[in-house]
Amino acid sequence: MADPMRIRATAKDGGINVKILMAHEMETGQRKDSAGKPIPAHFITHVSAMWQGKEVLSANWGPAIAKNPFLEFNFKGGKKGEKIQVTWTDNKGEKRTDEASIN
Amino acid sequence: MDQSRRDVLRAGGGAGVFALLAAAGMLQPEAAFAAEWNQKAFEAKNVKDALDALGAGTPINSNDIVMSAPEIAENGAVVPVGAVSKIPGTESISILIAKNPTSLAASFDIPSGTEASVSTRVKLAETTDVHVLVKAQGKYYITKKEVKVTIGGCGG
Repeated sequence: MADPMRIRATAKDGGINVKILMAHEMETGQRKDSAGKPIPAHFITHVSAMWQGKEVLSANWGPAIAKNPFLEFNFKGGKKGEKIQVTWTDNKGEKRTDEASIN
Repeated sequence: MDQSRRDVLRAGGGAGVFALLAAAGMLQPEAAFAAEWNQKAFEAKNVKDALDALGAGTPINSNDIVMSAPEIAENGAVVPVGAVSKIPGTESISILIAKNPTSLAASFDIPSGTEASVSTRVKLAETTDVHVLVKAQGKYYITKKEVKVTIGGCGG
């Protein structure tokens, strides 16, 4: 399985600020290896963040998102101790979900 | 119990049971994909074609979309871009990079209760306009900012 995401969810101003750092190569498919062969594209295509059974963010990505993607967003509501789950899926069908508590 | 069955399960290792359950369809993602990955949009080679594939037509230029991006990106492989939409009823925010091999970088769906504000980092192949497209109440709005790049970010 891929390396874990780092998720920081912080309560502030009546809402939750979420910062995520994912571990993923985000290979564009544009690069060639030393033998001149194209390195196949391998990138996250979908991201979903859940809180209390509700999807609080959904994203479709292309390979132009930088390697080891960073994502930050905010949503209303939420309390310390509640959990956020973030899932990414990539173009090879690989998937990863990580969870963090709001603090 | 069959020793062979034990062996199969053991051979699967830590991931084995998980893989079996997943294959049996017993692990369902809680969130359905809000929108399918729009291949045509993500493969478009310029902003106009990407906008067409997104169904955005000719978006209205808007000063109510606030972009943050550096004037000059030291490293084209990792360029921070933020977008805040002050347009009421914002449903989605997309980032398009004019001079990348494929222009559409990302589309974020903003459910109600989530702020219309996202930050991420993108690759820029060269100096380019970075556009932010907002869909709000069925209409499309757009703004752009030029980002200069000294070292291109696609590694090619």
